[in-house]
Amino acid sequence: MRGAPAGRVRAQSWDDRARTRPRVKDRYVPRIATPAALERIRPAATAPELLRNFCIIAHIDHGKSTLADRMLQMTGVVEERLMRAQYLDRMDIERERGITIKSQAVRMPWQVEDQAYALNMIDTPGHVDFSYEVSRSLAACEGAILLVDAAQGIEAQTLANLYMAMEHDLAIIPVLNKIDLPAAQPERFAEELAGLIGVEPEECLQVSGKTGVGVEELLDQIVAQIPAPQGQVDAPARAMIFDSVYDTYRGVVTYVRVVDGHLKQGEKVTMMSTADTHELQEIGVIAPDPTTAEGLGAGEVGYLITGAKDVRQSRVGDTVTTQHNPATEALAGYRDPQPMVFSGLYPIDGSDYPALRDALDKLKLNDAALDYEPETSVALGFGFRCGFLGLLHLEIVRERLEREFDLDLISTTPNVVYQVTMEDGTEVEVTNPSEFPAGKVASVTEPTVAATILTPSDFVGPVMELCQNRRGVMEGMDYLSPERVELRYTLPLGEIIFDFFDQLKSRTRGYASLDYEAAGEQDADLVKVDILLQGEQVDAFSAIVHRDKAYSYGVMMTGKLKELIPRQQFEVPIQAAIGSRIIARETVRAIRKDVLAKCYGGDISRKRKLLERQKEGKKRMKNIGRVEVPQEAFVAALATDGGGDS
Amino acid sequence: MTTPASAVGHPTAPDPGRGRHPARPVPELDLTGTADGARHRDLGVYVHIPFCAVRCGYCDFNTYTATELGGGASQDAYAGTAIGEVHLARDAMDAAGLPRRPVRTVFFGGGTPTLLPAADLARVLHEIADTWTLAPDAEITTEANPDSVTPQTLAELAAAGFTRISYGMQSAVPHVLATLDRTHDPARVPEAVAWAKDAGLAVSLDLIYGTPGETLADWEESLRAAIAMAPDHLSAYALVVEPGTKMAAQVRRGELVMPDDDDEADKYELADALLAEAGYRWYEISNWATTPDQQCRHNIAYWRSQDWWGIGPGAHSHVGGHRWWNVKHPRPYAAAVEQARLPVAGQERLTAQQRHDERVLLEVRLARGMPVDDERLLTSLVADGLAQPDPAERGLVVLTARGRLLADSVVHRILGLT
Ligand SMILES: Nc1nc2c(ncn2[C@@H]2O[C@H](COP(=O)(O)OP(=O)(O)OP(=O)(O)O)[C@@H](O)[C@H]2O)c(=O)[nH]1
Ligand SMILES: C[S@@+](CC[C@H](N)C(=O)[O-])C[C@H]1O[C@@H](n2cnc3c(N)ncnc32)[C@H](O)[C@@H]1O
Ligand code: SF4
Ligand SMILES: [Mg+2]
Repeated sequence: MRGAPAGRVRAQSWDDRARTRPRVKDRYVPRIATPAALERIRPAATAPELLRNFCIIAHIDHGKSTLADRMLQMTGVVEERLMRAQYLDRMDIERERGITIKSQAVRMPWQVEDQAYALNMIDTPGHVDFSYEVSRSLAACEGAILLVDAAQGIEAQTLANLYMAMEHDLAIIPVLNKIDLPAAQPERFAEELAGLIGVEPEECLQVSGKTGVGVEELLDQIVAQIPAPQGQVDAPARAMIFDSVYDTYRGVVTYVRVVDGHLKQGEKVTMMSTADTHELQEIGVIAPDPTTAEGLGAGEVGYLITGAKDVRQSRVGDTVTTQHNPATEALAGYRDPQPMVFSGLYPIDGSDYPALRDALDKLKLNDAALDYEPETSVALGFGFRCGFLGLLHLEIVRERLEREFDLDLISTTPNVVYQVTMEDGTEVEVTNPSEFPAGKVASVTEPTVAATILTPSDFVGPVMELCQNRRGVMEGMDYLSPERVELRYTLPLGEIIFDFFDQLKSRTRGYASLDYEAAGEQDADLVKVDILLQGEQVDAFSAIVHRDKAYSYGVMMTGKLKELIPRQQFEVPIQAAIGSRIIARETVRAIRKDVLAKCYGGDISRKRKLLERQKEGKKRMKNIGRVEVPQEAFVAALATDGGGDS
Repeated sequence: MTTPASAVGHPTAPDPGRGRHPARPVPELDLTGTADGARHRDLGVYVHIPFCAVRCGYCDFNTYTATELGGGASQDAYAGTAIGEVHLARDAMDAAGLPRRPVRTVFFGGGTPTLLPAADLARVLHEIADTWTLAPDAEITTEANPDSVTPQTLAELAAAGFTRISYGMQSAVPHVLATLDRTHDPARVPEAVAWAKDAGLAVSLDLIYGTPGETLADWEESLRAAIAMAPDHLSAYALVVEPGTKMAAQVRRGELVMPDDDDEADKYELADALLAEAGYRWYEISNWATTPDQQCRHNIAYWRSQDWWGIGPGAHSHVGGHRWWNVKHPRPYAAAVEQARLPVAGQERLTAQQRHDERVLLEVRLARGMPVDDERLLTSLVADGLAQPDPAERGLVVLTARGRLLADSVVHRILGLT
């Protein structure tokens, strides 16, 4: 399987640099393609045999984006002086959190002997919330690099992403990364990885995305092992939309993989699902900045700009064809991502409601997975019930709304969706706990997930106990190696969206990993717990929980609120109730003193300014009956512990 | 017990340098329009003395412990500078068409006014009297620390025209005084009170409650000790931990633990009960007096938005809806006065809304009450035990003991914030 050592062709400029650069940088020597070779891989004029489309898939943090960095450098598409770590993580939020949220495709030249190839690489996110990004990327590729951190070994998303890649019939190149780490155990994990995909351990490549070791060899292997695209060059054009992004300056930018035929600048194209026609104002490739081209040929990946202002006109999964020679059959599309968790988003300042709506409309343009519908809360006013892929997705949407649109928001405790059947046969879908129907409930179903947990075998006991506590049903258990166990459970989604992952980590000293996917619904003994302030129900605090956990939820929430609700002139009872039955109670004692009894003498301005600040503060108060609750108390009470870091 | 010296900022502000103009242009004091109705308003004068022997840990008043601050701002030169400002004040009021009115009250606050020789305080007082004349029954007060007076100095003050002295007693309990960094010997207080009475001065005592570590019994002991000295007037203040003070740092580090609001409420109620029993009547939330004559008229003028001119660094003034305040540090203060400029740092002209807010904020604290013409509001304040029923019948909000403790809420309700 080893590719022949490639003839090294150096551009003149590199020779000059090589003499002055410190030695360690030798590893980054770009193997820049010769002009003659490059000529044969111009976009729209590249034979499919010279194309390689692949993505990098891995568990979160195993180093996909860092490996991509080295590829960008070694192929010379990013100059050293412009290089920065995780170059393709372009969003601020990605850079701050050090994670990839959106897939990014880049076209890079790579020369093996005399022949230049156009490699199209897609860096994908590792977090489970964004696995639909991975699945879309896979559909644009013939191969995948399955990257495994050589100090961690196989983890849950390694498996999940591998299985997905196999569903797409992709060629898989197993690669162990981070071999520079002192804790790396490449031999041991090569064994595990090889066992998993059915190759010999020697066939697992070993690289370091950090130092660049092995990356050149990997690029050669991509050329050698990943099949060239198979499309029909002369057939009517069919291009698959795998991403569609709204850009304030350019309008909708559509990312496509041309399967058959070709698309040309200036041509009229048709979206096959809607039969809408647009003119191709611009077409090109990402290298790694948008670079215009005459067109895109079969097998190529690139972008289109049609002047569309709404991504719905350029829907992910749709097929693009040409108006003058249209294809008759569309390519198989994607399933739209389904929201898994729901939360109410409310502006802290009620007058920001229209701004929030506009902001959601704009975000939705880039985020097909985001769902929202207006709703009202007695406690929080006007807002939106939003659907998300998971808690990380929620957190990111919320942060983007706050940062990019300058909004102050409250989000209610996330919940899953329930189907309630009443005794009279009516069915209600509940995405907001306060809408849980009163009256005679016959049954309630909740969504479940098929979860895969990988853990060192020492921790199997504690992991099983945790899953049991969360009403999990074990579906299977496999030893990937004597030290590593794969546990498969069916779990209620509602039981894992909060602190499950944190609990899992703490019970396994951080070693376990988790992946899950939706797995239908099941009946469950669920009840709605309401929270009452002075007898008034606070809709934002209602929760649907399993009957066995209702009491602990009640105690937790009333306890939390007791600390958060400022003392009023009267005693405020805080109660948790199921229907009319009180299950927990706390009391906020009446305030006895609020006056400032200090002598400020003639500095009356100071006293008045304090009053003016208090006036401002009153605007941030919500009234529940007679009880004044500051927004901050809602924010704090609704803050979810833990987060979406699975 | 009064100090218009603003309570914010830090006394060790950067040294502006001798004789140099402050970096920011000094705003020209704008008194236009303030003369309207001035004849019906009392005029008071506040004189800030920004010096103390030591700084108490809880104190954020504009005060300095050095005798020599440089740039013409020494304790020795201070009286002369203050007199300079009196002249500038006179000229400014004349120029604005404000009538020369006899001064009804003069209050020397600090800081520790009695750290200056009695003769210095006397000089300033005489200059005020010569400038505007004093009303026949003028109230002339000085604050004092019990250990900064002698029978001799008290006699001098009385001879110069002072009628009242207000001692910072704070507590009678040694561990409480220690926490407050008070240096005086508690045994010295009854002596100082007796000397003042001998000199013919009315006497007031300041107490602080809610010091970390103070028990209800400690507070009762302080109250009883104060009552035993039979002062004419008493102030009881709840300790406020101001940001930037030594005490704030101690609380932040956990070395001191502040009592909760309930403890302060208990202590206030105890004070109100014991003082009433001893024949003192409250006339403002933190102030009690034996008779109406003994109420501090200077302070009442503040609560009732009368006119007063504040002399001294950081002093606040109010004339006819115009408020301003002086530069805080004694050096730029002295420099301005020396250059015959009013040492004003900032000013504001109150809007009608602001004047209304202030009225409610201030007058509701007084036992004479705040007129309110909203029947429903009056009824609900009475029903909630915040306002007394009889005055409410006459359209006045007069707070109950509970209402005094919850005066902020009452203000909010009168202003319609809830
Ligand atoms: N020592 C060492 N560290 C590496 C290597 N590759 C990546 N890292 C570090 O691993 C962390 C994660 O790297 P990323 O490249 O962001 O990982 P990722 O797989 O793209 O992460 P997601 O996109 O969030 O799934 C970063 O701190 C990198 O610096 C490597 O080869 N050696
Ligand atoms: C202007 S001070 C100064 C009087 C004098 N220098 C003294 O301390 O005795 C007047 C009174 O305010 C009170 N006081 C000062 N700082 C305080 C604080 N941080 N909290 C509550 N009361 C305070 C004290 O009772 C003090 O006597
Ligand atoms: S004596 Fe009075 S003014 Fe001076 S530092 Fe102490 S509390 Fe402040
Ligand atoms: Mg990444």
